[in-house]
Amino acid sequence: MEVKYWTYLIVGFTFAVYIGIAIWSKAKSTKEFYVAGGNISPIANGMATAADWMSAASFISMAGLIAFSGYGGSVFLMGWTGGYVLLAFLVAPYLRKYGKFTVPEFIGERFYSKTARLVAVICLIVVSVTYVIGQMKGVGVAFSRFLETDYNTGLFIGMGIVFFYAVLGGMKGITYTQIAQYVVLIFAYTVPAIFISLELTGNPIPQLGLIGNVSDGTPLLQKLDTVITELGFGKYTNNVMGSKLNMFAYTLSLMIGTAGLPHVIIRFFTVKKVSDARLSAGWALIFIAILYTTAPAVAAMARLKFTKTIQVDKVGEVSGNIKYEKRPEWFKNWEKTGLLQHEDKNGDGRIQYYNDADKSFASVASEYGWKGNEMTKIDKDIMVLANPEIAKLPGWVVALVVAGGLAAALSTAAGLLLAISSSISHDLLKGIFRPQITEKQELNASRISMVGAILLAGYFGLNPPDFAAGTVAIAFGLAASSIFPVLMMGIFVKRMNREGAIAGMIAGLGVTLLYVFQHKGIMFIPGTSYMGGMEENWFFGITPNAFGAVGAIVNFAVAFIVSKMAKDPPEEVQKLVEDIRLPQINEN
Amino acid sequence: MNDQKSESEISEDSSSPLGSGMTKQEYWKKNITCVLSLLVVWFVVSYGCGILFVEQMNKISIGGAQFGFWMAQQGSIYVFVVLIFVYVRLMNRLDREFTSTCQNEEKVQTEGEDQS
Repeated sequence: MEVKYWTYLIVGFTFAVYIGIAIWSKAKSTKEFYVAGGNISPIANGMATAADWMSAASFISMAGLIAFSGYGGSVFLMGWTGGYVLLAFLVAPYLRKYGKFTVPEFIGERFYSKTARLVAVICLIVVSVTYVIGQMKGVGVAFSRFLETDYNTGLFIGMGIVFFYAVLGGMKGITYTQIAQYVVLIFAYTVPAIFISLELTGNPIPQLGLIGNVSDGTPLLQKLDTVITELGFGKYTNNVMGSKLNMFAYTLSLMIGTAGLPHVIIRFFTVKKVSDARLSAGWALIFIAILYTTAPAVAAMARLKFTKTIQVDKVGEVSGNIKYEKRPEWFKNWEKTGLLQHEDKNGDGRIQYYNDADKSFASVASEYGWKGNEMTKIDKDIMVLANPEIAKLPGWVVALVVAGGLAAALSTAAGLLLAISSSISHDLLKGIFRPQITEKQELNASRISMVGAILLAGYFGLNPPDFAAGTVAIAFGLAASSIFPVLMMGIFVKRMNREGAIAGMIAGLGVTLLYVFQHKGIMFIPGTSYMGGMEENWFFGITPNAFGAVGAIVNFAVAFIVSKMAKDPPEEVQKLVEDIRLPQINEN
Repeated sequence: MNDQKSESEISEDSSSPLGSGMTKQEYWKKNITCVLSLLVVWFVVSYGCGILFVEQMNKISIGGAQFGFWMAQQGSIYVFVVLIFVYVRLMNRLDREFTSTCQNEEKVQTEGEDQS
């Protein structure tokens, strides 16, 4: 059976399951809509959190990014898992103890201020909208390549599906769908990885394959280093991303961003008690680690396979490079999408793929008769999707990967949309502007704002600012610089007052946004960046994606200085802080 | 978290608001100590082995990989998982100590049997 039909079959089947779950789990009360009734088991919640968390960026982009950045790509692996440790230790148990529906609600009550709540809502919306853009791009790419629709149609179909189960089921529907989506995505990710690992290293477990040997007896990683350094690339295993400081800041930014992401935090409101919240974070990380420890293996193997596809034999000999007309089928397919491009610069009818940015390699290359890198475009986002085809796996595996990518993107999008809509209906409407509305009206309002959020996400999906993982990294920077510090101070610094918190949030978010926009364009509109994306202009060589860590420091500093100038928080707020620090007495 | 004895000694003369063996402040202090010591491990395995001292770590090898590289892409993640479960255990025990002393205090008058 052709890949296309397999794809229709498997994607269609998974979509039918999601819709079935949505109908079965329709939310009837605000509690069901916002926190799925508050009695999800820790393992189930861990699984849902993992799906919520692992987005198109994790599934589609991450391995590709690591494949082309090698060691430097470790920032994503450590950053996006290490954050769960912070979440479990510093955030989840306390916010669960607080026991309400949204993150801004906590911030508003802890800092006894509607302004603080409003600022938190704005932060949440900026973070979540930025994040959701990346998901929408993932959906569009997966559809356009495999169902042979165009990008926009793919996007509309994706929006339609999310619309259906998120609007109907709220958190309850989302939770159960996410569990199904986790199963789909983890299966889809590991199956091709097992095949490829088996083929390259003889070991069916990719994690072991990564440290194993290839058929000629040399270790996989050493082989990879040799193959790519011969082509002028940096060594895979010690290729630093920017500088050590940048890697440090990048990792920190992703970690504290994780612990400040509202759509992840609200998942911990769905379990019954504080100890379940902690346990649930542990389960979530196990489920996440299955994918995250597979990803670096996929990355290294994909890079090796990809390079060997083009550089079939000895470097420097004419026959070492593949003839363009002999390029494999998957190569042609991706060329059609424009995400892979070749230009025969030296007119020899063969493909040369090497690092022409490296000056010292240039003389070697010209000796070979090479006139520049002929792979003029390799979109990193295609690596995971192309991987099964590169490894010549059967059609159903390819189809499975598409379904997995869609599951990853849709589950995260749904979680984000819920966070956005609940902050609008519960925080803005019920909390600030119209406290008198009934539960039924609030439920309707949250459904309407969900629709609005989907449309907004769709608009940005049509005009995406950066490749998926990059976009998500910006969202993390924003969560790291605004929400995480204010939560920390709310829980751990009893004397932090509203003046400090509000000033801190605005300063942290402001600094980070300023830095991101000045390098990536205002509202990501190309051509409006006022200092250019130029490396020379980077603050201590820290990339915009890694700047959240600096923003967080600014947030803390400003908050502490301002808080010293204002009054201590009132008695009942200090009591609230004491209360969230203690375990529930009658837990068991 | 640690020895039960000093625990019960304190409860003799404790007059904390909850009337428990462990005061709220003690509970919170132990919680912070627990979190901080686990965070040290968290920092060492990721930022330490994976970034700051990666060259030194790379001198060691694990299978066909250099240790520093492996820690950055694999090892730190495994440690993170273990850390959370260690934390869950420690905190559950601390919670039990805290809540059971609260409840014991109430039952002292009736000389009730031990409860867990």
